[in-house]
Formats: sequence, structure tokens, C-alpha cells
Amino acid sequence: MTTSIAPRRAAARAAARRRILRGWLFSLPALIAYCGFVIYPLILGIQYSFYKWNGVGPSEWVGLANYIRVFTDETLLASIGNAFVLIAFFTIIPVASGLVLATLIRSMKPGPFSSLSQTILFLPQIIPLAAAGIAWSWMYAQTGAVNQLLNAVGLGFLARPWLGDFQTALPAVGLIGSWVLTGLCTVLFLTGIGKIDQSLYEAVRLDGASWWREFVTITIPGLRQEIAVLVTITIIAALSSFDIIYTTTLGGPGRATLVPGISIYRIGFTQSDVGLASAFGIVLMVIVLACVLPIQRLARANDR
Amino acid sequence: MIVNRTEKVVGRVVLILVLIVTLIPLVNMLSAALQPADTNPTGLTFPTDPQWINFVTAFNTGNVWRLMGSSLFIVIFVVPISLVFATLAGYALGNLRVRGGRFIFIFLILGLTIPFEALIIPLYYEIQALGVLNTQWAVILPLIGLYMPFSVVWMRAHFIGVPPELSEAARVDGATTFQEFRRIQLPLARPALSALAILLFLWTWNQFLLPVVLIADPLNRTVAGALTFFQGQYYSSIPLLNAGALIIIVPTIVIFVIFQRQFIAALLQGAVKG
Repeated sequence: MTTSIAPRRAAARAAARRRILRGWLFSLPALIAYCGFVIYPLILGIQYSFYKWNGVGPSEWVGLANYIRVFTDETLLASIGNAFVLIAFFTIIPVASGLVLATLIRSMKPGPFSSLSQTILFLPQIIPLAAAGIAWSWMYAQTGAVNQLLNAVGLGFLARPWLGDFQTALPAVGLIGSWVLTGLCTVLFLTGIGKIDQSLYEAVRLDGASWWREFVTITIPGLRQEIAVLVTITIIAALSSFDIIYTTTLGGPGRATLVPGISIYRIGFTQSDVGLASAFGIVLMVIVLACVLPIQRLARANDR
Repeated sequence: MIVNRTEKVVGRVVLILVLIVTLIPLVNMLSAALQPADTNPTGLTFPTDPQWINFVTAFNTGNVWRLMGSSLFIVIFVVPISLVFATLAGYALGNLRVRGGRFIFIFLILGLTIPFEALIIPLYYEIQALGVLNTQWAVILPLIGLYMPFSVVWMRAHFIGVPPELSEAARVDGATTFQEFRRIQLPLARPALSALAILLFLWTWNQFLLPVVLIADPLNRTVAGALTFFQGQYYSSIPLLNAGALIIIVPTIVIFVIFQRQFIAALLQGAVKG
């Protein structure tokens, strides 16, 4: 150790500076891509939302008029309402049935059957949602399998073209979402249950607790992390659904299955009202944030 | 685990029912696809005389080779570029712990919950201004940006878990940052990278909104985006529509079945970290 301390410090400082520079350099490509195709369009969208513009001609400043229309136009409000109805099918049904299914099948021993069933439960996650839409529009058709089944069990009077009926179109579309998401929920809960301390289960069993008590006092608290995650993902999926609706009903009949994604698409590209479509996009983003942030908060508060 | 007999039986029965419900729509597609092309099939009926020729017809009239090529072209750019960008940034934020890194991280997290639908209108005009509308680049460029928040958060989570002693040891041995990154960090990151690659592949291959909006010619889209083209083309023939849709989803299913352990692990982790 012949070097004095001062030059070493300077060298260390230079090294630290170089490290910071290198860190920013490393982050640069990601930041450029992100700013270019997320932040820039976001700012552009906010700008558009204050104008009336048909996409080609001159644009006109209209202030908050587009936002006022989003919250007063009946059709647009209906599409927001439909998105919230879809939460029942995309979130509540898959998460609830996933919980029940996972508890019911957790007794299964690992083996070829359990891994085969995992594979099958995951299939709807792998195929494009658009393909799920095509498969189900055929299931729901007048001559499709759903009506065939109803006829077979003597409920033929219920048969109808499910996606063409004002009463049933939205639930029918929603159930496609349940079909897609239940497998994901079940498998994620199964892995979650595996992590719960098994002695807890044995303890309540010895106390003679019922299945329900065990479910409420051990399984649900043990899975709250997974529940928070799945509720977040599925709510985002419900509020921003597009693919399934596009390939099944395009929002019809009437506006029975109209959702924000389809509305934005139609207003922006079919009706060429770029300002209104952009404003609706911003509103959709805020709605998603407003639904997702409290769940994150809640989940984090629970952890403490 | 204490499990009694009834529970075991109930569990099995429920599981089998759920599996059947999961499979029916897919089996139903197959049964329809095998009916004569000019008939209107009824429900789930097994064809007496399976028309495998429908798959050939749908394959040819649907230009499936071109579609697969187009999808592959998009995937080949989106996935590797996203992986490289995300790894570099994840390393900077997770391992180098750059000053201001926290700011970058929070800035990226903001983008995690933005639905694509909210950005699609301005994206259209941005892509138009860039002059790449109706080409595959119209999907490739935005997807790299849109996947960036998730990908960086994912890679950062990995690099934070790598013990800092490893980097220190490498530096003491005189390795440059780049050498350390290549020789030590990259091999360790392989599982995280391959899981991310699987997710990005699936999301790109199945991406629907962007190709539908940004590429007018369905043959230049991703296969998922091209499904609408099938719907238009086979409007009058349910057997051919189902055959076409099956052709499009079978490759992903086959890849999934081969790599299912990695796929399931990736999707589960993806859910938790997203």
C-alpha cells in the first residue's frame, strides 16, 4: 500500500461516474423504445383529445367537449357499463371457480393425469383470443353445440342464437372470457396452495372444522397474494377486452356487447372522429388505473 | 395432507367435468371442420365421412404459408430486440443501481397498466407519419415499445436477485463491466430470459388489435390478426372457417405441448410479476 488516499478517492469517484454513465447508456435503448411508442403516443392522444379532427383535414380546438361527450353520450356510457358487467365474467367467475377448483383438486397426487390436466386447463391461454371468439361463435350459433345440448336435455325451449339475442349476447360473450381465464386462475391457485403450510390444514382438520371453515380461515388468507394478482390481471382484461368481441359480435346486436375498445376503434376509424376516440382512450386508461391501484394498495396493506 | 375418500372422488369428478368444458369448444371446431365444406353442420356431431381435404382447401385459399411467414417475420424482430433492450436496462436498474434508476423504474411502471386500446388512435397517426403503415414494421416497432415496461421490470427483478458479491468478485479480478455482464450475468439470466422470450413470443404471435388496425392487408398481419380475414372469406362455410382457424392455432398448441413445463412456469411467473 504505497499509494496515498487522495488519488485513490479521485479514481473511485471517476469510476463511480463512469458507472452511472454506463447505467444510463444501458437503459437508453429501452427508454427510447418506451418513450417512442408509449409516452409519445400518450401525449399525442392527450393533445388530440382536445381537438375536433377527422384525421386528414384541419383540426379545431374544442376544449373539454370530447370528454363531456364521453360522459354524456348514451352509447359510450353503455359501452363503459358493459365493460363493468364483463368484470363479473372475467374476474369474479374465474377467480371464484379457480379457488373452488384448486381446493377440490389439490388432493391430487402429481402424476401423468395431473400434468395432463394442467396442460388442458392452460390451452385457452395459449390460443389467440380471436380464435377463442371464432370457436365460441360456432358453439353459440343457432345450429351450434349449446342449443344441441339444451335440446338433448329437454330444455329446447331455451335454444336461441345466443350472440344475436339482446338479452343473452353480453353474458354469452362474458362466458368466453370465463372459459379463457379459469384455467389460469386454477393453476396459479394450485401452486399457491402448495406453498401454504400443510400443518395448518392438519390442525383445523383435527379440530373437526368443516370444509367451508377450512376454506375461509386457511385457503383464502393463504392465497391473498395470488388473488390480488389475478383480480388485477382479469380486471384489466375485462375493461380492455377487444379481440373476443371483435370476432364474435363486433359490439352488437345494437350496442348490447359494445365495450370501450370496440367503441374507440369504431369512432376513430369508421366515424373518423379522432378527438373523441382519443379522449375515450384516455378515459379508459384512467378507469383501468382507478380500478387497479386500490387493489395493489389493499394487497400491500394486507402483507404488513 | 389429510384427505378423505369422498373428497378425492369429488375432486376427480369436478376436475374431469372442467376439463371436458375446456376441451369441448376445440373438439367442436374439429368436428365442424371435418364436415363436407358446402353443408351447414349441426352442433357437436362426429362426421361420418371426415373431410380432411377441408384442411388442404383452407390452407391453400387462406395463404397460410404467407401468413405464417409474416407472423414469423414480426416475431423474429420483436422478441430478440425486446430481450436485448430489456436485459441491458434490467441490468442497469437491478445490478448497477444507477443514480436516477429509481426514477427510470417508476417511469416504466407507469406504462404497465396502460391498455393498448388507449394508445391505438395516436399510434395509428404516428405510424402513418413514420411511413410504415400497412407493413409489418407498423406492428414491430410499437410492440417493442409496448412490451418494454413489462420486460424491463421482469429482467430487473432477476438482476436484483443476483448476489452483488458476484459482480464485486469479477471486478476485483479486473473484469470490465461488459466482460462481467457477458461472462457472469448473462449465463445466470438464462432462465429469466427464456421465460420472457416465451411470453413475448406468445403475446406477439397472438397479438390482434395492432395488426388489425395498423395493417390493412390481412396477409401481412400476424396469424391472429388474419383470423378476421378467414371470417370474411369463409363466411358461408362453417367447416372451412373452423378448418382455417384450427390450422392457425395448431402450431402454437404443438409448441406449447412440447415446451409445456417452461410455458406454464413462464405464464405463472408472468402473471405474478405483471
